[in-house]
Amino acid sequence: MGKNNNENKIETHIISVTVENRFGVLARISGLFSARGYNIDSLCVAETDDPSVSRMTIVVKGDEKILEQIYKQLNKLIDVIKVQDLTKEDHIERELALIKVNTPSFTERQEVMQLTNIFRGKIVDVGKKTLTIEISGSGSKINAMLELLKGFGIKEIIRTGKIAISREFEKKGG
Amino acid sequence: MKGAQIFVECLKREGVEVIFGYPGGAVLPLCDVLYDSGIRFILTRHEQGAAHAADGFARSTGKVGVCLATSGPGATNLVTGIATAYMDSVPIVAITGQVATHLIGNDAFQEVDITGITRPITKHNYLIKEISEIPRVVREAFYIAKTGRPGPVLIDFPVDIQRKDGEFYWPEKVEIRSYRPVYEGHPLQIKKAWELIRNSKRPVLIAGGGVVISNASEELKKFVEKTGIPVAFTLLGLGSLDVEGDYSLGMPGMHGTKYANYAIVESDLIISVGCRFDDRVTGKIDEFAPNAKIIHIDIDPSAISKNVEVDIPIVGDAKNVLQKLNEIAEKLKIDEWIEKIKEWKRMYPLRYERNGLKPQYIIEKISEYTKGEAIICTEVGQNQMWTAQYYKFKKPRTLITSGGLGTMGFGFPAAIGAKVANPDKIVIDIAGDGSIQMNIQELATAVFNKISVKVFIINNCYLGMVRQWQQLFYNRRYAFTCLEGSQPDFVKLAESYGAIGYRVSTEEEFDKILPKVLEEKEKVVFVDCRVEKEENVFPMVPAGASLNQILDGIA
Repeated sequence: MGKNNNENKIETHIISVTVENRFGVLARISGLFSARGYNIDSLCVAETDDPSVSRMTIVVKGDEKILEQIYKQLNKLIDVIKVQDLTKEDHIERELALIKVNTPSFTERQEVMQLTNIFRGKIVDVGKKTLTIEISGSGSKINAMLELLKGFGIKEIIRTGKIAISREFEKKGG
Repeated sequence: MKGAQIFVECLKREGVEVIFGYPGGAVLPLCDVLYDSGIRFILTRHEQGAAHAADGFARSTGKVGVCLATSGPGATNLVTGIATAYMDSVPIVAITGQVATHLIGNDAFQEVDITGITRPITKHNYLIKEISEIPRVVREAFYIAKTGRPGPVLIDFPVDIQRKDGEFYWPEKVEIRSYRPVYEGHPLQIKKAWELIRNSKRPVLIAGGGVVISNASEELKKFVEKTGIPVAFTLLGLGSLDVEGDYSLGMPGMHGTKYANYAIVESDLIISVGCRFDDRVTGKIDEFAPNAKIIHIDIDPSAISKNVEVDIPIVGDAKNVLQKLNEIAEKLKIDEWIEKIKEWKRMYPLRYERNGLKPQYIIEKISEYTKGEAIICTEVGQNQMWTAQYYKFKKPRTLITSGGLGTMGFGFPAAIGAKVANPDKIVIDIAGDGSIQMNIQELATAVFNKISVKVFIINNCYLGMVRQWQQLFYNRRYAFTCLEGSQPDFVKLAESYGAIGYRVSTEEEFDKILPKVLEEKEKVVFVDCRVEKEENVFPMVPAGASLNQILDGIA
């Protein structure tokens, strides 16, 4: 009777977790994921406007059953205040990347600057033979930028992982 | 007041009467305050014993059990006990000393990151960093341990804060914004559940440890009487109702009764109350109750749809939800089903052959003599399964056994804890010759403190359950499971500690000493029962098989 015939459709989810801003909380959460064999794609943590509360954005892959367990297990932790699966609602997601690109000649430098402009990035550091670009946006935008920059030779790259927030929309009536 | 004094005052306010523990460098200030605090301190001979004793104390009463150990090895020795309590949802508070705060992280002498180590096996844990936190932490620890789905909480208490001066205060209320357990089942879900129940033709109720924990026996009894639904009891659910009642199917699962397993396989509705569908209960998960809808009542949302997919989940306290169900429950028309079950019960009773001294016989006799009134602790393995099968449990909190973790060495110290909490009851540990040796040092604790527990060692000179698997699935290659020739003389051993020791090897000998053992009021008694060596626990569903593939050892 519909037992365990869940179609193991693996999907990426962005989970926003508000937690008590205490030492050990990150370890509790990452420990939960590793102990139960869930994979984290990325994880971002920072304090919120209330210094006693931190917010984590965790990107995970899993089927519906795993996601349900992740949601419940997170809620079970005493320090977890709220768990939200942002992929289930309208949301905005952003990621930031810093990319150091080889630009040995003037023309290469020109090209990279143009690309940066098109992607609404910023040049944040200039070396003799490198440029460092700051770019933010969705994961796919950053991937596209990286793809284009590959030809120049990427020296170093750092990505923050996704952060996300739900969209505020006008309530009808009332 | 010093930190240690504040801490002990908090324990008193929480109503702590007994602590099981072991001293050490990092708990010296605490022990010094406890010395004349009025709280009874029971010195065990190993910290693991202290954790299990606190567990036995908690399971037999429903109160929070408390154990204490020093930093480093003291703390790590508690780990098995904490994990045992965690798996079976037992409320204990474990207190560990920690090196001074300025030394934490320096690999100091006897330093270990015990909050890190116990994170996955505690419901929550704390490292006290400021003296001002003590009352809040202690209050929260006890609150978290005993509310919702209970579990162990650890408090790590650095020795310098124990010595510091501070102010005592008592928070009247516990406010944890992120922790609000749900007790009330959702009314709509309860209504839906009843609709399913009402229309079912072959319902089976599975009563788990949650029924015992939430003290829901009365409510369950009423529900079963009102509806006439047959009940199977998981290992930890045994005792929630009289197992000899007409409604009873005994225990399901790997070593469950045939009729419980057949009933589950053929049922069209499973109502699980406080049971998490452990693999030892379900057998092969895809073939568990293939034709049944499932109603799952559990206080822990994460237990629902974890192992089997559930049709109607009800998150709430078993007692509470059963009360609500009882308001609408009525007699079901399931006579045909009941007849079928009666037939199964007639055809497949639990049985064993009476030749030589059999473990089953020992447990039956203990059961008859104590009339289900004793508190029965077990170790883990064959002794545990025979106890579950042949002791006629009647009341909740009378079986104390490590179900989830399956910890050998649990029963004896747990019995000590249970006896401390229930001095007027007969407390028995049914042990194996392997597991009793895992915490045998606690003989000193029991004898010195006149904690008169009775230990029956089902001695077959083997690590019997593993040997049974080797016999059935590994071609009788008894790798590392034979204890023949390496055993102590249990009688002399008991006597050397100041306990009474008996040895029996026939039914007559056993019958003769049984009343003497159970009527002994003061002393600890060890009975070395030399049983038939290769007796197996049957019926048996092999690991990974479905519940109707039951092996039966008797032709």
